[in-house]
Amino acid sequence: MNTRRAVDPAHRTFVSYIDKSREYYLARGYSNPYRWAYFEDAPFASLRRPLSHSTVTLITTAHEGTDAPSFRNVYSVPSDDPPARLSTAGLFWDMQATHTDDLDSYFPVHRLHQSVHDGRIGRLARRLHGVPTQYSQRKTRACDAPEILRRCQEDAVDAALLVPL
Amino acid sequence: MSLVARHLEAHGIATVILGCARDVVEHCGVPRFVFTDFPLGNPCGKPYDVAMQRAIVGFALDLLESARAPRTTVQTPFVWSADQSWRDHYMRIETGTSQ
Repeated sequence: MNTRRAVDPAHRTFVSYIDKSREYYLARGYSNPYRWAYFEDAPFASLRRPLSHSTVTLITTAHEGTDAPSFRNVYSVPSDDPPARLSTAGLFWDMQATHTDDLDSYFPVHRLHQSVHDGRIGRLARRLHGVPTQYSQRKTRACDAPEILRRCQEDAVDAALLVPL
Repeated sequence: MSLVARHLEAHGIATVILGCARDVVEHCGVPRFVFTDFPLGNPCGKPYDVAMQRAIVGFALDLLESARAPRTTVQTPFVWSADQSWRDHYMRIETGTSQ
């Protein structure tokens, strides 16, 4: 594993996707930039019980099937029989630099099963979830987030790992 | 995804985001964030690198326990490659070329 960092002090150490996307679309004639979600404060909930006794779920922005769906909704898959792969078509990721052929590189279900086996977490929730990337933040807040919460509550989830692509 | 994390957290479910778009996640403001400075696509580790994936998931599980306040970010130590050109290539604006 490479952990040596080569830093050019003239540039940020991480990519600003807010800047990149604004400039990219501005260059294509879209002068009204996307307004990214912004909040002054963030909520916080401590774990209700030790992680070794907690029920954990996993949430992804990838979707089922092999193609980009024309209609995107929240979906769930069983944690004890997860799909061999999910689709990342139509999502924003760097397909020049990498690939998404290995599910666990963005949906680490097998790594989490290992964590259960090791006793690090209590159990995986019976369902893992997919949530679509919506242009509309209103739809995410009004529809998708409450639906994910409802499913997590049904499964008595204590903690969630969320992985945007 | 950050909005979903905020919603779960506000209803008592502890969350951690694993991601590569640091500015987008921190701009929104989330409870816990594990940042890996990789191209978008593999926020849980390089493809087929099981040891790295286990380590990154481990950072996320550790953060669930250790964070004491929201907006806690942990950066993993991994580097994508010595060649950093991927940073400039993504969404590159080509100039002076024909359509």
